[in-house]
Amino acid sequence: MSKRVVLEASHAVAEAVRMADVDIVAAYPITPQTHIPERLAEMVADGDLDAAYVPVESEHSAMSCVLGSAAVGARSFTTTASQGLVLMHEALYIASSHRYPIVMAICNRALSAPINIWCDHSDVMACRDTGWIQVFCQNNQESFDMTLWAFRVGEDPDVMFPVMVNLDGFILSHVTEPLILPDQDDVSRFIPEYHYRLALDPAKPTSHGCFGLPDIYTEVKYSQELALRKSRSVIDKGWKEFSNIFGREYKAVETYKAEGASTLLVTMGSLGETAKMVIDERRANGEAVGHLNLRLWRPFPFDEFRDAVKDVKTLAVLDRCYSFGGPGGPVASELRSALYNQETRPHVVGFIGGIGGREVDAQAFGYMIDRANEITEKGSDDLYEPLLVRGLESGTGVRG
Amino acid sequence: MKMRGYKSPGEVPWSDIELGAIVTDPGSASFKRTGDWRTQRPEVDREKCIKCAICWLHCPDAAITPLDDGYYEPELYHCKGCGICAAVCPKDAITMKEEVEQ
Repeated sequence: MSKRVVLEASHAVAEAVRMADVDIVAAYPITPQTHIPERLAEMVADGDLDAAYVPVESEHSAMSCVLGSAAVGARSFTTTASQGLVLMHEALYIASSHRYPIVMAICNRALSAPINIWCDHSDVMACRDTGWIQVFCQNNQESFDMTLWAFRVGEDPDVMFPVMVNLDGFILSHVTEPLILPDQDDVSRFIPEYHYRLALDPAKPTSHGCFGLPDIYTEVKYSQELALRKSRSVIDKGWKEFSNIFGREYKAVETYKAEGASTLLVTMGSLGETAKMVIDERRANGEAVGHLNLRLWRPFPFDEFRDAVKDVKTLAVLDRCYSFGGPGGPVASELRSALYNQETRPHVVGFIGGIGGREVDAQAFGYMIDRANEITEKGSDDLYEPLLVRGLESGTGVRG
Repeated sequence: MKMRGYKSPGEVPWSDIELGAIVTDPGSASFKRTGDWRTQRPEVDREKCIKCAICWLHCPDAAITPLDDGYYEPELYHCKGCGICAAVCPKDAITMKEEVEQ
């Protein structure tokens, strides 16, 4: 029987990992991810989870450890945030290139300096091109659901890629909300037993991590790129199966009150909940506005995104990360790139805010809608606009 | 060198690459010709060689091959010409010759 419980997102993720029956957890605690490895360590110590818990000495070791366990075909989980994620960086590429379906929960947090433990998306954006499947969660239920889904999709023989599940540090990781925990039998049905046909095995030797000279590297990387793009069909199938079993529906691109909308607010992660509240207020006033939640960041859902915005005039995009000296926030510049060659396309207005835990409230979203509409009408040479910078007059953009 | 049906990496199309570029035929690196990286080749002076096998022990590419008569000779399909064998030989029986020299 499924049951309604009250959990913070960290403990919800730990429950999902337990129900997925992982073989190994290797993690190094870092704020705001700490509650996930703590809870998993308790579960292993109490005998509630039959897995090895490896208290490694760094995040680089955590990733290296699960690379080893994944190589022998063990279901492997790790979790980190911020500096821990960027310390893992070089090993992240090994996971995706070797096609090990490791699942990692990231409690998104700002990068130093100055040192800051609060939420933004700088950590995961630094890992954008590591070849991992990357999804974002808006609340605790989604954090649980996406973690289960990550095992189902990553381990599919037609996918075999590692998956990052992004949940906003503190805003989700430490906040307690009601959610539904499913029945174990349903979870076991959703995530079948995992068999890795190329597992390291003395009886059937394989070599992992071989040298790739210029005469083969190009072909290896192309095959990896194509495989990640082709994983889209299983990603969607995974959500469809999830909905059939558990009743909750997810999509790569999710819209809210977007029908007939001329302006869409675009967010990733927990701020979508605040944005939707603002959309409700504006819709009640008769304004043609809606919300677009970008759940899947890699592989990027080009078709769904273009389709969702084809009749829209303005996209007001919130980035929680700088791309120093670049074209604006990583999300807005990517959306522009996805639309550039389309015959009809909305005007993309980028905002950067919610950095290092700075609140983005309903008023700020209201401002974004109005300002983006104004820019669409009047035009602007700005690359993006930084939100709520003390000493900076609002409406002041940054130019190239 | 017998290739056991092995395809050189330069002949493999992208679509034939195993998941994760994992090699399912262990030992296949021995089929890769690395001898053409060499600019110098070791030459053994049998007059000086005492068959001590120190060169064989030190060769990082397992390119020094024991012969039936007890002597050791570099196997030039793999030898990269690093010169370690010449450096460790206690009798200076191995000298490195420029590949351009005949």
